[in-house]
Amino acid sequence: MPTDQGAAVAGEAERILSYFGSKGAERVEVDILQPAAQLLDLYGEDIRSRAFNTRDSARNEMVLRPDFTVPIASRHMSGVREEARYAYSGPVFRKQEPGSDRACEYLQAGFEYFGAPEPALADAEVFSIFHDLLASRSARVATGDLGILLAAVQGLPISGRRKSALQRHIWRPKRFRRLIGEYSGACAFSERRRELISLAVSGVDLREQVERAGPEVGTRSADEVVDRIRALHSESIEEPLGEREVNGLRDLLRIKGPMPEIPARLRRLSRQLPGLGGAAVRLEERTDALRDCGIDPSALTFEASYGRTTLEYYDGFVFGWFSADGMEPIASGGRYDLINEALGGGRKCPAVGGVVRPAVLASVDGRSA
Amino acid sequence: MTIRVGVPAKGRLSGDSLNWLRSKGLEFSEPASGRRYSASATGTVSAELVFLPAGEIPGEIRRGNLMFGITGADLVHEQQPDWRQRMEIQAELGFGHAKLMMAVPRFWIDVDSVHDLDDVAVGLRARHGRGLRIATKYHSLVREFLKGIDLTDYRLVDSQGATEGTVANNMAEAIADLVSTGATLAANGLKTLSDGTVFESQAIFVRSREATADAADLPGLEEMRNWRG
Repeated sequence: MPTDQGAAVAGEAERILSYFGSKGAERVEVDILQPAAQLLDLYGEDIRSRAFNTRDSARNEMVLRPDFTVPIASRHMSGVREEARYAYSGPVFRKQEPGSDRACEYLQAGFEYFGAPEPALADAEVFSIFHDLLASRSARVATGDLGILLAAVQGLPISGRRKSALQRHIWRPKRFRRLIGEYSGACAFSERRRELISLAVSGVDLREQVERAGPEVGTRSADEVVDRIRALHSESIEEPLGEREVNGLRDLLRIKGPMPEIPARLRRLSRQLPGLGGAAVRLEERTDALRDCGIDPSALTFEASYGRTTLEYYDGFVFGWFSADGMEPIASGGRYDLINEALGGGRKCPAVGGVVRPAVLASVDGRSA
Repeated sequence: MTIRVGVPAKGRLSGDSLNWLRSKGLEFSEPASGRRYSASATGTVSAELVFLPAGEIPGEIRRGNLMFGITGADLVHEQQPDWRQRMEIQAELGFGHAKLMMAVPRFWIDVDSVHDLDDVAVGLRARHGRGLRIATKYHSLVREFLKGIDLTDYRLVDSQGATEGTVANNMAEAIADLVSTGATLAANGLKTLSDGTVFESQAIFVRSREATADAADLPGLEEMRNWRG
C-alpha cells in the first residue's frame, strides 16, 4: 500500500505494537507462507475457500496466513516456556465473496497471552489492554463467553457421545439445533435409521449384513460400521432431552444485558441446566477482575450467543469492538484453550488474546464518543 | 469480427449442441474429424462456431472471447462462482442431463444421509488419526453444498477422472461425482446418499456480458438474444 493512507496505517500499527510492548509483550514475527495441513486439520475444508493457497514442487500445499493466532500459538507450543506474552503485526490474507468490497489483504496487530495461571485475571488483563487502546474511539463493544454454553452442554443428562457431538458443534448453530432436535425427540428418525436400529436388536449377525451389502473398500472397516450401528442403537434408547433442558438452552442463548447482571440470570437457569453454576462463578470472577483493572463492567453488554458464528475457535471469554456506524470489526479476541491444546498435541496451555485492524482503527473518529 | 459461439468439441454433448443450433436455423457443415477447430455458419445469422472442450467454454465466455456458448451448467457454476455478473444463462437445453452426487461405500449400511458424515468423520479421526476425505473434480460446488448443511470436518481430494476408484485405492473415503445410472458406482462398491444431490446439471446456452460486438453483428446478436430453449 504505497499510499499516504498506507503510511498512516503502518504508523498506527507501529504505535499499537509499541503500546503492546509497554504492556509486557515480546515482539515476534511469523512467516507469511504457512503450511496448509495444520489449518486444514483445525478448521476443515472451509479454510481453502477463505485462505489463498499455493504450492511449489518441493513443498506441500501452503497458505498465505489468514490470521496470526494459529502460527503464534504453534510457535509457543513447540517451545518449552509456559507463560509468555507476544505482540505482532503484519498483513493477513483472506479470500472474499464475489462482489464483496472487503479487502483481501489487510494489516492486523495483536497481543496473545499464554500459560497464565489465573484465567479470570488473564481475561481481564487482555481485555483491558484493548479497552484502553479503543476507549477514546467511538466504538461499540460486545462481550460473551462460549464457556457458558460449553458448561451447559457438559451438565446435560445425556451420554458422553452426545455431549461431545454438541460440544463439537457449539460454533455451528444450524448443526447444534439439529442435534438438539434429534436428542429431544422433536425430529423423528428417518425410516432408514429406524430400520437400522431395529436391525441392531433383531439378533441377525450385523457383521454379515455389512459384508453382504458390498465389498469392504477404503479406510473405514466393516467393524467400524458395526460399532456405529450399535452406538446408534444405544443412543436411540437413551432418555430424550426434556423440555426443561431444551427451553433452558433456548433461554440461555437469548441472554443479553449488562455484564454484572448475567451471573444471577445464569443461576436462575441452572435449575434447568446444572452446568451453569460453575460458569456463573467464573463470570463473576472475571467481572471482579475487570473492575480491578479500572473497567466499569456495567457499561459492557454481554450476549450469551456472541462469538458463536464469527469467532469460531474461541471457547471462553470473547470480545469485539465495532465502529459505531456499522458492523465493521475494529478489534476482536478471546480465550482459545481447546484449540491451543490441539496445537500442542494434548499439552494443555491456556491462551487468550486479540487483534486490532489498524486501518479500521485509523478511520474511526478519535475525538467523539 | 463475427459472432463467436463456443460448442463442445466431443461426445454426445457436441452432437446434441449442433442439432440444437440447426433447430435455430443455423446452417453449417459438420466438422469432419476432431481436427477442425471452427466452422462458419450461415442462415438466420452468420456466426463462427468454435469447437472447444466443454470445460473451457465458461472461461472463454467470461473473458469475452466467445459471445455465446453451449456448455454444462455444472461447469459454469463450478468454475465461475460470480457468473451472474459475467454471463447470462439464456436457456436450459433439455439435454446433457447429469447429477452431481455424494457417494460412499455400499457396505456403510449405517450411512444413508449426508448428515451421517459428520459422525463418520469423528470415528475416522479416532480410529485412523485422520478425518474424512472426499474425492471430486467439483470443488466449489461440493464445498458450497456441504457448507449449506454445516458440515465442516472433511477435506477435498482433487480427482480429475476415475473418481469412483479413489475409495478402493485408499485416496478418499467418499466421493462426489456425476452420476447417470449408478452402474459405475455400483461396480466400484459405492452407493449414492439419499439426500446427496449436490447439483443437477444440463446443457445451457450462455451469453457473455463481457464480449463486444461490431456494428455489423448487431442484428445477428439481437436475433440470438431471443434464442431460448
